[in-house]
Amino acid sequence: MSNSYLDPGAPALSIRELGKRFGAKVAVNGISLDVPTGSFFGLVGPNGAGKTTTLSMATGLMRPDAGQIWVHGIDVWEQPLKAKAALGVLADGVRLFDRLSGRQLVTYAGLLRGMDRATVDERTEDLLRVLDLEDAGSKLVVDYSAGMTKKIALATALIHSPRLLVLDEPFEAVDPVSAANIRGILADYVAHGGTVIVSSHVMDLVQRMCSHVAVIANGNLLAAGSVDEVRAGMSLEDRFVDLVGGRGNNEGLSWLHTS
Amino acid sequence: MVAYLLKLKLLLLGNSFRRSPWQLVGVILAGLYALGVISMLVSAMAFLVDREATFISMVLVLAVSAITLGWALIPLVAFGVDLTLDPARFTTFAISRPQLAIGLLLSGFIGIPGLLTLLVLSGQFLAWRAELSTLLAALLCGVLAAMLCLVLARLTTTTMAQLTGSRRFKDVAGILVIIPLMLLGPLLVVVTDGIDGLTDLLPRLAQVLGWTPLGVFAAVPGDLAAGSTAVAVGRLALGLLYLAAAIWAWERALHRAMESPRSAKTSTKAVGMGAFNIFPSTPTGAVAARAMTYWFKDPRYGASIVMVPLLPVVIWFSAGLNGGAEFMLLLGPLLGVLMGFAISADVSYDSTAFCLHVLSGVRGIHDRAGRVLACAVIGLPVTLLASILPPVLLGRAELLPASIGISLCALLTGLGVSSVASARFTYSVPLPGESPFKTPPGAGARIAVVQLATFSVMGVLLAPAAGLGLAQYLTGNDLLGWLGGVVGIVIGSVLLVLGIRIGGRWMDRRAPELMGAVMVNK
Repeated sequence: MSNSYLDPGAPALSIRELGKRFGAKVAVNGISLDVPTGSFFGLVGPNGAGKTTTLSMATGLMRPDAGQIWVHGIDVWEQPLKAKAALGVLADGVRLFDRLSGRQLVTYAGLLRGMDRATVDERTEDLLRVLDLEDAGSKLVVDYSAGMTKKIALATALIHSPRLLVLDEPFEAVDPVSAANIRGILADYVAHGGTVIVSSHVMDLVQRMCSHVAVIANGNLLAAGSVDEVRAGMSLEDRFVDLVGGRGNNEGLSWLHTS
Repeated sequence: MVAYLLKLKLLLLGNSFRRSPWQLVGVILAGLYALGVISMLVSAMAFLVDREATFISMVLVLAVSAITLGWALIPLVAFGVDLTLDPARFTTFAISRPQLAIGLLLSGFIGIPGLLTLLVLSGQFLAWRAELSTLLAALLCGVLAAMLCLVLARLTTTTMAQLTGSRRFKDVAGILVIIPLMLLGPLLVVVTDGIDGLTDLLPRLAQVLGWTPLGVFAAVPGDLAAGSTAVAVGRLALGLLYLAAAIWAWERALHRAMESPRSAKTSTKAVGMGAFNIFPSTPTGAVAARAMTYWFKDPRYGASIVMVPLLPVVIWFSAGLNGGAEFMLLLGPLLGVLMGFAISADVSYDSTAFCLHVLSGVRGIHDRAGRVLACAVIGLPVTLLASILPPVLLGRAELLPASIGISLCALLTGLGVSSVASARFTYSVPLPGESPFKTPPGAGARIAVVQLATFSVMGVLLAPAAGLGLAQYLTGNDLLGWLGGVVGIVIGSVLLVLGIRIGGRWMDRRAPELMGAVMVNK
C-alpha cells in the first residue's frame, strides 16, 4: 500500500490535550504524547487508567471531547480514511465476525480496505502460517480458543501492512510459544521501519520488549520517554508502582498468616 | 444466604437500569402490560365465584396446567431462563447446595414473568372465596403452583443444556422453534372449527390433568368444595411430592452441570471461502459475502429465511380458508417488506464486531450497498416468485404488472429505509450466538418505537404504487395496474439509491457513535 502522502518527519502518533469524560467521570484528562516513528512503544497503567479509551480515540473508534490526534501527520478526526489506512489496530474487548472461518475473516479485513484479491490471498496464507493457524484457518472463529482468537485478530490488523500498529493487550490469553512468535514478528516489523504501540499490564514484558514507555493513571500521563529514562535505574515494575502510588501495606492481613 | 441471593438479584436488576435508562422504560411498560393482564385474569377469576364448584375447578385446572406447561417448555425452546444469577458463577463460593437451589429458585420471582405468575396463580383464591377453607387452600396451592412453574422451567433448561452443548444444535433448534409459533394462528383456526367435540372433552381432560404435576395444585380447592377432604389432602401431598421431586431432580442436574461443565462441542468441519469467491473482491462485495455467510450461519438471520415458506401458509389459513383466496395477492408485497426489513438492525446484529468496519475505514456507502446486495440476492427471487405465482394461479394474469411492481417497490423501499435506519438506530438485540428469541430485559420499548417508525415510513412510501394497484383491482382498469407497476419500480429504485446514499453518509459521520452504541448493548 502506498504511503507517499505521509509526512516522513512527523511522529508516528501525536496526541495533544486529549480529553474524554463519561458522565461525571473524567476518563482521559488532557493527555499530550508523541510516539516516535520506529519505536516500540509501551502504554502501561493500572486498570481503568484510560489506556483503552486513549487508544480508542487515537484509532478513530471513539470521538474525543477535546484535543487532537495525528497519525504520521494526518489528523485522525479530520481525515479519518487516510489515517485509518496507515493504522493497524487490535482492539480489546470487541467481538469478531466469528461465524466466518479464520481465513475468511482475514480475507474480509483485507478486502474491506480495498486491497486486491491476489495480494490479500497471499498475505492471508503468510499470516496464518506465521501465527501457526494454518490448520485452524478453515474452522469457524467462534470455535477458536481465546489465544487463537487474539492471533486471528492480530492477523486482521496486519493484513494491509500498516505503518503504525496499535495493539490493546495483545498477549492476554496467548500461550508462551505464540507470544514469543508474535514478539518476533513485532520486533522484525519495528526493525524495518514500523511503529508499534502496545498496552499491557505486564511490566517485565514491556521492559524487555519496548524501546519507549508511557505511564497513565486516572486519565493523566505520569511519565513518558525511553524505557531507560522512565525507569531511572529501577526495574520498570518498581518505578511504575512508585509513580502510580498505592503500593499496599503487606502487614494489613495478619489473619491471612496460617502458621 | 437465600436472602443474600434475592438481594443480589434485586441489585443486579437495579444496576442494569442505571446502565441504560431505556431498559427501565421497557420494564415499566412491560410492568404496566403485566398489570393489565393480571387485573383481567384476576377479575375473571373474581367473577367465576358465582359458578358451580365443578365448573370453577375445571376452568382453573385447565388454565393452571397451560401456564405450568408454558413455564416448562417455552424457556426450553427459546433457550432462556433469566440467567441474571447464573448457577455456574457460584461454583467457587461455599454455599450449601440446598441453599443455593432455593435462593436461585426464589430469585425467579424477582422479575416480571415470575411475579406475574405468582400473582395470577395465587389470585385463584378470588374464585374460591365463597368458603374460608377453599379460599385458604387456593391461596396456598397458588403459591405452590407458582413455585412448581419456576422449578420446572429450571429443570427442563438445565437438563436440556446438558444435551444441547453443541452450538449447531442451538442454532438449528432456535430456528425450528419459529415454525410452531408461526403456525399457531392457523392451527387455532382449524382447532376452533372442531370446538363442538371439545366441550365434552374438556371436563375429562381437566380430571386427568388434576392428577399430573401440571394441574395437581389447582384441583385441591375443588375437592374441598365437593366435600371430599381426604382426596384434597391426598392431592396436596401428591403435589408436594411432585414439587420436591422436581426440586431434587433440578438440584442434581444443576450439580452435575457445575461439577463437570460441558464444554461446547466444537465443530471440526472445514469451511472454504464460500461466498467470498462469489461476490466481487471489492469492499462492497466483501460486505455482501460476509452478510450472505451470516444469512445462512447466524440463526438470527435464519429466522427471516424460515418466514419465507411460512408466510404463504399463514395467509392461506387465516384468510384463504374462508374463501378469500385473493388475499394471497398480498403475499408479494408482504414478503418484500419483510425481507427489506430484515436488515434494519444489521449494525445491532454485528454487535462490537462492527469495530472492524470502523477501523478499516469502510465507506458508509460500500457498507450499506454490500448489506443490501446480500439481502437482495435472497429477497429478489423470493419476492418475484411471491408476486408472480398468486395472480397466475388465481387466473388473474392482468394483475401481474401491478403485483410485480408493488412487490418490488416494497422490497426496494424496505431495503432503502432499512439502510438508513440501521445507520442511525441501534438497539439491544440478541447477541451473536444467542437465541433469536432472547430479548434483553426492557429492550422491547425502544425496539417497538424504532420498528413502528420504520414500518410507518415504509407504508407511506409504498402508498402511491399500492393505491394504483388497488384502484385497478376495484375498477378493473388494467391501465392503472401497469401504471402502478411502473410507479412502484421507479419509486422503489429511487428510494433504494437514496437510502444507501443517505445511510452511507450518516454512517460515515456517525461511525464512532454507532460503535459506542453497540458497545453499550454488548
